[in-house]
Amino acid sequence: MGSEAKSQASNAHLTTPTRLTGAEILWATLVGEGVTDVFGYPGGAILPAYDALRKFPIRHVLVRHEQGAAHMADGYARASGKVGVAVATSGPGATNLVTGIATAMLDSIPMVCITGNVSSKVLGTDAFQEVDITGVTLPVTKHNFLVSRAEDLAAALRHAFQIARSGRPGPVLVDITKDAQQATAIFDFEAAKPRPYRPHPMLSVKESGLEQAAQLIREAKRPVILAGHGVIESCAMEQVRTLAERAEIPVGLTLLGLGGFPASHPLNLGMMGMHGEAWVNHAIQEADLLIACGMRFDDRVTGSTSTYALKAKKIHIEVDPAEINKNIKADVALVGDLAEVLEQLLPRISGRDGSAWLKTIASMKGEVAVRDIKNLPDSGHLYAAHVMHDLWRITGGDAIVVTDVGQHQMWEAQYFHHEKPRTLITSGGLGTMGFALPAAIGAKMACRDKEVWVIAGDGGFQMTAAELATIVQEKIKINIAIINNGYLGMVRQWQEFFYERNYEATPLVSPDFVKLADAHGIAARAVHTRGEVEDAVNEARSTPGPFLLNFMVEKEDSVYPMIPAGNALHEMIRRPGRDPLEERADDR
Amino acid sequence: MLHTFVAYVEDLPGVLTRVASLFRRLNININSLTVGRSEREGLSRLTLVCEASAEAGHRIRASLFKLENVVDVDDIAQAPAVTRELALIKVAASAQNRSQIFDLVDVFRARIVDLTSESLMIELTGVESKIEGLIEILREADTKILELCRSGKMTMRRGHHTSSVLKAMGAQPEGDAEEYDAPGKATRKGKAIELE
Ligand SMILES: Cc1ncc(C[n+]2csc(CCOP(=O)(O)OP(=O)(O)O)c2C)c(N)n1
Ligand SMILES: [Mg+2]
Repeated sequence: MGSEAKSQASNAHLTTPTRLTGAEILWATLVGEGVTDVFGYPGGAILPAYDALRKFPIRHVLVRHEQGAAHMADGYARASGKVGVAVATSGPGATNLVTGIATAMLDSIPMVCITGNVSSKVLGTDAFQEVDITGVTLPVTKHNFLVSRAEDLAAALRHAFQIARSGRPGPVLVDITKDAQQATAIFDFEAAKPRPYRPHPMLSVKESGLEQAAQLIREAKRPVILAGHGVIESCAMEQVRTLAERAEIPVGLTLLGLGGFPASHPLNLGMMGMHGEAWVNHAIQEADLLIACGMRFDDRVTGSTSTYALKAKKIHIEVDPAEINKNIKADVALVGDLAEVLEQLLPRISGRDGSAWLKTIASMKGEVAVRDIKNLPDSGHLYAAHVMHDLWRITGGDAIVVTDVGQHQMWEAQYFHHEKPRTLITSGGLGTMGFALPAAIGAKMACRDKEVWVIAGDGGFQMTAAELATIVQEKIKINIAIINNGYLGMVRQWQEFFYERNYEATPLVSPDFVKLADAHGIAARAVHTRGEVEDAVNEARSTPGPFLLNFMVEKEDSVYPMIPAGNALHEMIRRPGRDPLEERADDR
Repeated sequence: MLHTFVAYVEDLPGVLTRVASLFRRLNININSLTVGRSEREGLSRLTLVCEASAEAGHRIRASLFKLENVVDVDDIAQAPAVTRELALIKVAASAQNRSQIFDLVDVFRARIVDLTSESLMIELTGVESKIEGLIEILREADTKILELCRSGKMTMRRGHHTSSVLKAMGAQPEGDAEEYDAPGKATRKGKAIELE
């Protein structure tokens, strides 16, 4: 069936109540919810659903491991803001999703996972490939459903989409027994509409709170805006920018906030926290007012909470009431959707002169300055920072970059400057190695006309490298940069700093990634020196198909600055001596 | 401090697991938990008592509200409320010592609900201290307690203007103003006469 005929057939289902099988109801509901792409892997318990798939205008990407399916759905959601969908069979298929679900949960990503389960008659009997997946995923989903009747399916699915995308978004799992897929029921899309969304009853934005916040902002001498993932999730980029500009307040970003405020903006201080720039962390410690926008004072951002920003009053604007006073006590809490709260706050904010404080911060920048890598005499060594910097320069910072977890992730955050939201996709909360390649596939599926780069370590890449075959099968053009340092680098760095260089279990033997790519029919090239970087990146970009670059970087380089876990935010380890990576402030 | 949460939850499979799981995750022991039908169709009412820091109350309540099947949550904290527990106590009692137990049961305003030649069952409702008192006295009197079953606490705010009643009537819950500056502090409009 042509895709047009397909969509007509399914659209008829959406307007006229029709008797369908549970399997058909599944896809018809997804179509009704606007789903066009799903990522999955079949198996016995989900086979009825797969059997019905070809009747519906949905593209299915066959993954190589269900973890990949979850990360792809996640990357799809992060890149587009739409709900990502992953599909798996019962038992091992379902449990393979769990890491991906937890990754989405910790970063508040809207996602719906569909799993098949054994027939309702044998539920709870340890039937073949039966696992209690709603039990297993209960703590890592926003909500989950076990559906054992075809007539309940549409409502459960529609409710799942509502939950996934509302309030603070998150993953929802819908487990469907095999008999529910096989049975028939009247499908009535309209009637299956969930009850109206019920906002969290403890949301509270009061006149008095807004007035207090405005007053604190008016009176502050050394304010800093802390912008988190909520800025992007709530689409509050404009409002944050207006606040910053109108009141001349500098903005520090969390890892997941990168892109929420333009990197090139003069008020942008860059990333804060464990591997944040020294001046941002100093500014926070010296601040007399923090305006936290859609962030949750994660321990990677605060360091020790008992020494965190002691001189500062805190305004916490956050959509999740459970985050208020969790890690850091708020003086004023405005609990609601960030964009809406700022809309109410902005009329109370008038021009404010922040120049003295900005000058102080600039002088901190002067002292500690960014590590310049641009004007280095070529020492013959290749540093990961070079790669990030050149990638940023060559792509014009316009690509979607999907990073894995480790040193390369932090270097990317430091050296690739993101101007726009949803251009950096990374696992922040869970820190899931193996995330990058599958998440990038999802991102590319969501944004077909965007340039997509994977930046992964040699360790993490191997965790989900099987998805290379998915790229080939699905003909997906993405570029892959492996930052190959021969180590589980971030762990090695901890061993260097805190375990007397006892490099236990961190040296890493890898396959020849160029040959691995070649075996998949993917063009690839190794890069050993800085001189080759530009040409290699250009080759990757101009090649029509996927391209893998294996960057053989300095093995024992570390990410600086670093705040050891549990230290105060200003107690950071700086790069020792005059390293090859000289420091200069004008590198932006 | 001791927290008492009263929640209305949807009467569906798995809901109790979700509530209990939240406390498990925080490594908080649930001292007592009672669940049963409520005045609202399709909703169960539960009373959950646990020990947690004063600040934890706000977050637990907020987290409970985040559960999809939880409709309403009240943190009773120190607010005026009636708390009751039901106990069934089966004790060894023969014709010789029965009357002595009858006297105790009378004093405690309890009831005998079952009687055999070797044992009898006492039903007692009241506050925790009352139930503990009877158990203590029975032990001191060398009465052998064969079985003891306690329901756990049920709690209801005193007065008309409780947050859940107001919300059920479609009005704004009171005490909302203190939500963020005085967690756990609850106020109540109107004057209550303590009847018991
Ligand atoms: C699934 C998973 N296992 C273990 C870790 C702990 N961990 C964090 S970073 C890291 C090393 C990553 O090594 P690599 O992928 O080579 O990146 P590099 O740090 O060298 O850039 C490890 C093992 C993790 N984050 N995720
Ligand atoms: Mg490595």
